[in-house]
Amino acid sequence: MTPELSTSLALVTPELIIVAGAIVLLMIGVFSSGRPGALVTTLAVLVMAVAGLWLAFFTGEGRAFGNSFVVDPFARFMKLLTLGGSAVALVMSIGYSRAHRFDTFEYPVLVMLSTVGMLLMASANDMIALYLSFELQSLALYIVAAINRDSLRSSEAGLKYFVLGALGTGMMLYGISLVYGYTGSVDFEVIASVISGQGRQIGVLFGIVFILSGLVFKISAAPFHMWTPDVYEGAPTPVTAFFAVAPKVATMALILRMVMETFQPAASDWQQIIVFVSIASMALGSFAAIGQRNIKRLMAYSSIGHMGFALVGLAANSEAGVRGVLIYMMIYVAMTLGVFAFILSMRRNDENVEEIGDLAGLSQTNPVMATIMTLMLFSLAGIPWLAGFWAKWYVFLAAIDAGLYALSIIGVLTSVVAAFYYLRIIKIMWFDEPAGGFQPMSAELRVILGLSGAFVTFYVLFGAPIGAMAQAAAKTFF
Amino acid sequence: MTDWPILSTVTFLPLAGALLVLLVNDESENGLRNIRSITLLTTVFTFVVSLFVWIGFDNSQSGFQMVEKAEWLDSGISYQMGVDGISMLFVILTTFLMPLCILASWEAVQKRVKAYMIAFLLLETLMIGVFCALDLVLFYVFFEAGLIPMFIIIGVWGGKRRVYASFKFFLYTLLGSVLMLLAIMAMYWNAGTTDIPTLLAHDFPASMQTWLWLAFFASFAVKMPMWPVHTWLPDAHVEAPTAGSVILAGILLKMGGYGFLRFSLPMFPLASDMFQPFVFTLSVIAIVYTSLVALMQEDMKKLIAYSSVAHMGYVTMGIFAMNTEGIDGAIFQMLSHGLVSSALFLCVGVIYDRMHTREIDAYGGLVNNMPKYAVVFLIFTMANVGLPGTSGFVGEFLTLLGVFRVNTWVALFAATGVILSAGYALWLYRRVVFGALTKDSLKGLLDLSTREKVVIYPLVVLTIFYGVYPAPVLDVTAESVKALVENVNASINAAQTAAVN
Repeated sequence: MTPELSTSLALVTPELIIVAGAIVLLMIGVFSSGRPGALVTTLAVLVMAVAGLWLAFFTGEGRAFGNSFVVDPFARFMKLLTLGGSAVALVMSIGYSRAHRFDTFEYPVLVMLSTVGMLLMASANDMIALYLSFELQSLALYIVAAINRDSLRSSEAGLKYFVLGALGTGMMLYGISLVYGYTGSVDFEVIASVISGQGRQIGVLFGIVFILSGLVFKISAAPFHMWTPDVYEGAPTPVTAFFAVAPKVATMALILRMVMETFQPAASDWQQIIVFVSIASMALGSFAAIGQRNIKRLMAYSSIGHMGFALVGLAANSEAGVRGVLIYMMIYVAMTLGVFAFILSMRRNDENVEEIGDLAGLSQTNPVMATIMTLMLFSLAGIPWLAGFWAKWYVFLAAIDAGLYALSIIGVLTSVVAAFYYLRIIKIMWFDEPAGGFQPMSAELRVILGLSGAFVTFYVLFGAPIGAMAQAAAKTFF
Repeated sequence: MTDWPILSTVTFLPLAGALLVLLVNDESENGLRNIRSITLLTTVFTFVVSLFVWIGFDNSQSGFQMVEKAEWLDSGISYQMGVDGISMLFVILTTFLMPLCILASWEAVQKRVKAYMIAFLLLETLMIGVFCALDLVLFYVFFEAGLIPMFIIIGVWGGKRRVYASFKFFLYTLLGSVLMLLAIMAMYWNAGTTDIPTLLAHDFPASMQTWLWLAFFASFAVKMPMWPVHTWLPDAHVEAPTAGSVILAGILLKMGGYGFLRFSLPMFPLASDMFQPFVFTLSVIAIVYTSLVALMQEDMKKLIAYSSVAHMGYVTMGIFAMNTEGIDGAIFQMLSHGLVSSALFLCVGVIYDRMHTREIDAYGGLVNNMPKYAVVFLIFTMANVGLPGTSGFVGEFLTLLGVFRVNTWVALFAATGVILSAGYALWLYRRVVFGALTKDSLKGLLDLSTREKVVIYPLVVLTIFYGVYPAPVLDVTAESVKALVENVNASINAAQTAAVN
């Protein structure tokens, strides 16, 4: 083994652990009798935990495979966040998939493969690596969306996601070809130096627009959000939870690396795009959610809005801005996982219910559950002292520093509109007459909701060390 | 003992009490009594501890006292508490009104008692925090977080249109506050810190001051509330339970005035000077217009709510007179209004608990079988009008005096408000208390119970005491107000000289 290969392999060990784990788990699934779904899921979570620990403590920093793969503090931060999101989403699926009889062992394996794709995305350092890792996670996601193949809605969700996703990927690929054509390289750093050397070129500009469109599609920001509500509603709920966190973190990592590094010389151009996408997402997420009755659809619009808020930090194009985005994504992941643990626990007569009206009077029938969910909703609305407020604090702080006053004012005003629909859920839980309680939560969901609630409530005490971590990760680009 | 963080203790004691209440897991009558007792003891104990703050407070200093500082978020954003002459008495007012609120809801609140008490204790922590915070971000956190318990209090234990009222309250206040949040961020980047003592000494560029002032104004004007963004207040007051109305009128409204005094005036003196006519106009409209509106009300709580808006008009006017009389008067008016309007809401609560209606027409002739009630209601009505000898007079007189020095016409129009307030307050009193006792439903009403006396009599004593002898209050505020006025005028004069040269 050449020294170059061995250092490269050392850097991708976490990914290799998951790939090897996925293959072994596939074998276990095929050759074991009965329904091995729960066993394989548990093992998959363990494998991810091992990979996460390895990544946190035994992986160095550096570049691998001819500069196409990079591990830096930023990549590590995003990878750990992705791994955490994926693992928790898998834990949530155990009870649900058994109840709905799709506890196939393929599901955890596909999630693992998709997660590998996401980890590679966070480390991708040239266009080829970007495209390959992007496709690896997307293809697995398309199948996962339709995993409950006996359900018409799940199949429809998978198909919709696939068709629209393919369109997005196509646009991105076209953008990559344009950038390659005009700069003569696929390497991120070379592209950056060429753009700064030869000045502004219309072809590169088109390339940037197409690449960003493809990426923005995956974080479901407006105007590329159309698939989100249908897929969120149609896909099985644990899958929705997975969609809501992991791919968004990984794609946000990719967007950050692209604009802060590769396209940094063209900052004034992509800033306009990000500002537009941000405003469109915040406004659409706030106003469109008002009319929703299904809580999963509502969360879809809520996530569109939240991506808009996260992009506010990106638009600032500064270290404070990147830090803001990182903190935002972390808090978003924690809140979203908690909310989906709650949605999965909305069970009555052994059936899952999804209408907001089903929550009526929950504060009297299931007071603990309702109180934690209330804190989550106030947090999502961005009311202090809860974590969601600090997420918004950091992104808007960066935007104000960068002089983006109009964006900031529009942003905070839409957050007031968004507060309205979160308040409506709280109103139904607290002010309305009880409509019958829910069944007791399962142990794993109780733990997830509890941890998430504790994070949201006590973030105010631990904001400084968490902020310092994000700051260290953000330093990568400066 | 001197290093003991007494302000943090006062602030977070109610929260500790709330955790205790949370642990009581007993739905029986006994459990409910325990919950009520724990809450009452916590609030009384908090009040006692806060008295030590007052005792330890040095009236001869103008700066912040009992300052506590600890690392918190980034550099420049720290956990810092302290009081000066302006904030000192608001802390006492909060801790004083709280036990009365708990007593007032002793029997009135029968459903979901545990959640109710936790919400009130949480609210107390947040309100005290607002007045003690010496960091802008910390201030904002306390200021905004108060919306959460208040939303739940109005929405769960409120009247018929409680949902509408709670949403309106929450969204109005939030809309105002988010703009202030952006202003806080801009100040952070300009000054490098959100430490309030540092910011007080920091000179913001004149053009920036205008925008910052407007952003803060958006928040405090809604909270105050000033005309024309006052419309959430009558709804919130009418629908809130009695204790909720007391807190709303007694303390939450004061946060707006406190904000003007703590931030707008000393940090943006040039903008305050520039916007002085604007604030005067809004204040006068508030005084005259809402007094007229109050004359037309059929609902007792609504009438008192509109009179609150009018009284807050005197406060904003006094603050922006920017002289010691005006500001002393404004602070006194806020404290007095905290006592008087709270007492009026409690008085309404007394008969509402018996009759379950707030319609003025449903009452009449109460003096015949509720003589004690008639007397205390009369005292508070007179204090609301501003009769000399009650605390209401001192505040109104000082603010009018302060404004008179700046602008005679404004003082003239504002003084008509005094006459109008006599109109609506006395008319309300006549319709409810005097006249013949003709309605059968009223004939069986009993006079004040012991519990109600315990709640209301301390307020009577204080209203009259401070009306006759206002010095204890004015002594506390004097030095801080003097320093504030000097700083503001120095900044304005410096800017004018610079402009002339």
